[in-house]
Amino acid sequence: MNEATPRYGGFFAESPRPGILGWLLSTDHKRIGIMYLACITSMFIVGVCLGLAIRLELIAPGPTIMGAQTYNATFTVHGVIMIFLFIIPSIPAAFGNLLLPIMIGARDVSFPKLNLLSWYFYISGAILAVIAIFSGGGAPDTGWTFYVPFSTQTTTNVNLAVTAAFMLGFSSILTGINFVTTIHRLRAEGMHWGRLPLFVWTLYATAWIQVLATPMLGITLVLVLLERLFGAGLFDAARGGDPILFQHLFWIYSHPAVYIMILPGMGVISEVIPTFARKPLFGYWAMALSSLAIAFAGSLVWAHHMYASGMSDMAIMIFSLLTFLVAIPSAIKVFNWVSTLYKGSIQLAPPMLFALSFIFLFSIGGLGGLALGAAASNLHLHDTTFVVGHFHYTMFGGTGFAFFAALHYWLPKFTGRMYDHKPAVIAWALLFVGFNITYMSMQAVGIQGMPRRYYDYLPEFHTLNRVSTIGSWILAVGLIVMFVNLWRGIRGGRRVGNNPWGATTLEWQVPSPPPMENFGAQDPVVTKGPYDFKGVVADEY
Amino acid sequence: MSIEHRDDTGDRFGMWLFLYTEVILFSGLFILYAVSLYKFPEQFGEASHKLNIYFGTINTLVLLTSSLTIALALSAIRMGRNKQSLVLCLTTIGLALLFLINKYFEWSAEIGHGIYPGSAQLAAMGPGITTFFNLYYFTAGLHGLHVLIGASLIGVVAVLTARGRVSAERCGLLENSALYWHLVDLVWIFLFPLYYLIL
Amino acid sequence: MSEQQHEPVPYRTFILTWLALLILTTITVVVSRIELGALNIWAALAIASLKSSLVIFVFMHLKQESKLFRVCLLVMLVILAIFIGLTFFDVLYR
Repeated sequence: MNEATPRYGGFFAESPRPGILGWLLSTDHKRIGIMYLACITSMFIVGVCLGLAIRLELIAPGPTIMGAQTYNATFTVHGVIMIFLFIIPSIPAAFGNLLLPIMIGARDVSFPKLNLLSWYFYISGAILAVIAIFSGGGAPDTGWTFYVPFSTQTTTNVNLAVTAAFMLGFSSILTGINFVTTIHRLRAEGMHWGRLPLFVWTLYATAWIQVLATPMLGITLVLVLLERLFGAGLFDAARGGDPILFQHLFWIYSHPAVYIMILPGMGVISEVIPTFARKPLFGYWAMALSSLAIAFAGSLVWAHHMYASGMSDMAIMIFSLLTFLVAIPSAIKVFNWVSTLYKGSIQLAPPMLFALSFIFLFSIGGLGGLALGAAASNLHLHDTTFVVGHFHYTMFGGTGFAFFAALHYWLPKFTGRMYDHKPAVIAWALLFVGFNITYMSMQAVGIQGMPRRYYDYLPEFHTLNRVSTIGSWILAVGLIVMFVNLWRGIRGGRRVGNNPWGATTLEWQVPSPPPMENFGAQDPVVTKGPYDFKGVVADEY
Repeated sequence: MSIEHRDDTGDRFGMWLFLYTEVILFSGLFILYAVSLYKFPEQFGEASHKLNIYFGTINTLVLLTSSLTIALALSAIRMGRNKQSLVLCLTTIGLALLFLINKYFEWSAEIGHGIYPGSAQLAAMGPGITTFFNLYYFTAGLHGLHVLIGASLIGVVAVLTARGRVSAERCGLLENSALYWHLVDLVWIFLFPLYYLIL
Repeated sequence: MSEQQHEPVPYRTFILTWLALLILTTITVVVSRIELGALNIWAALAIASLKSSLVIFVFMHLKQESKLFRVCLLVMLVILAIFIGLTFFDVLYR
């Protein structure tokens, strides 16, 4: 390695502090974004291993590789890691931090020190979660939903786990506060609301949910902790409490949380598709306002997780009706992405493949959500593996694939190096095939009646479970190929210029990787819309 | 333009957003309260009478006055009256401590009578009264924690004011600490009638 | 992006507001001792809301802030109302 030429230029090479402290004490949004990206990807891999273990256990009825208690702990920790340590922060904290300021023409976020603090809250949550797995009473076995009364009575490390989740929630809140303020206060001259890229709109909507919904998770977790410490009986009917109220408080956050997960993913798709169709996004204001509509409508529907809980019939009917409404803005987005493709000049580059398959997989998940949102069908499907299939289609096929799209689209920008496209396409194909085999079987066996979170199952469910597990192995191979290829690309891929994809948003006008403070001596002045392709030429690589 | 550029309005805007998160945090407890009040109207009245209305009212007046003093402190610093601002900050902290001392005596008495979360004596009084006191202790307890945090923030502001680091040109820290303090006051404005004044 | 500092609010405004708050507190206590049945809780909430408005608009300077600040407050209150209200659609009809 030649000392004179660093592996990466730009913000990697310029820093007020040398060495590791230049990263751990950095308040630069790009360095914080890279740190988030590294940690989030690591946690994703841990979560994947746990998921593969679950599927391996379920390949046959009866015990296969673990006992029942371990199984309960495995799916609990899989859920906690995937939801709080991977999906929720994945796109906003990693890619939001990397891109938001540049996309609006700013030098950094409004509160750079708070940004670094949010990363430390993330790390503390991760450490506490790991400690919770390996110490004391053992990994929590309640499911990631921590329902009472079991969560207040079990002897496993629920106290540590809910504290970890509280830290992670606080990290999310700080990110939300930062992004809302940044978007209102730091847009460059000429960057009015109608010129914001759709990714920024979705980050804005997401940030509002992070600010207004996450605190409800905070108080819910605190109440579980207080119950375990004092045994007061807050959720004990004999002492005047109501366990269903726990579920209300829990889902008041956790339903909007799924919109925190999907909205930024939708934003990524809204950036990738115009670039690789070389056409402006269809229906800009519909896309922008539907993002806000999803955030708002998503706050009205939480009790569709509770149809079977014992709540009132009136509530069941109202929440079912409201749940159908939230499908409308999501559908608008799907129609608009497809309309963007019409008469476009389509290139099936790796980011585009992930984006297109997002539309397919998310739509399947969304349609399954309607089957679950309807109260009548829900009573048959509740707590079956159909639900597990549904949320993996939306969270993994949706957000997960959007995350992969974002990696393939923006890693060249932030490392200045391009990965090999052929293994990327092969990885995508393995992922797409493996994903559908794994989760479509799960949905099928769920309709047949197999319950979720069950360690054992009836012999009639064996075939589909076996198929699903084999699918998970194809998925795993695809992930390995993808990550190895991206890693090699980052380390030694071909150098790229400012705009390898021929895209139009502001990040493609600055060097790859961008310098400290993003833009040159002069603040940028914006004169064009975000999807104006006139005169835009891709740099060769 | 460099990143060091200040944005006081943005700082205040971010603080307001943080205050909204605090409101939602407390709202979970108030939702539990509302549902329980609906379920146990008479028992809530009975339980409310066990609380000391004098302590409650005095603490309300103490917090309202502390809101006044911190608001005056901000005006003072803006008018260049730094020393007056410092005195007003210290008065606010003093009132906060008075609030906490009152609370200490109030709770000592109640806990002495066997009324605290998880006590058998409380459970024996029936589900309605048990729920009332569980929610009372957790809500007032969480509020007390925020009194402590707010007072500490104002303490930092006081030290920096004394050193000249907080001034008419740079009073963002005082502004935002004052906002936090007013939130602490706002929570109590609702907590007081809902717990102390039920008939 | 130079920001105009807000003009300092005169002491008198704050002191008058504080006196109003003390009066409202007295009213709250007095009204709460009168038997009004279900109306008691709504009266208490109404007076508390009035006191809060004084604290928010005067003490917290919302009166001097831009429209954006007030819109965001409204958004938060609407979301809060939804959380409480929709929960009651369950509780009231059990």
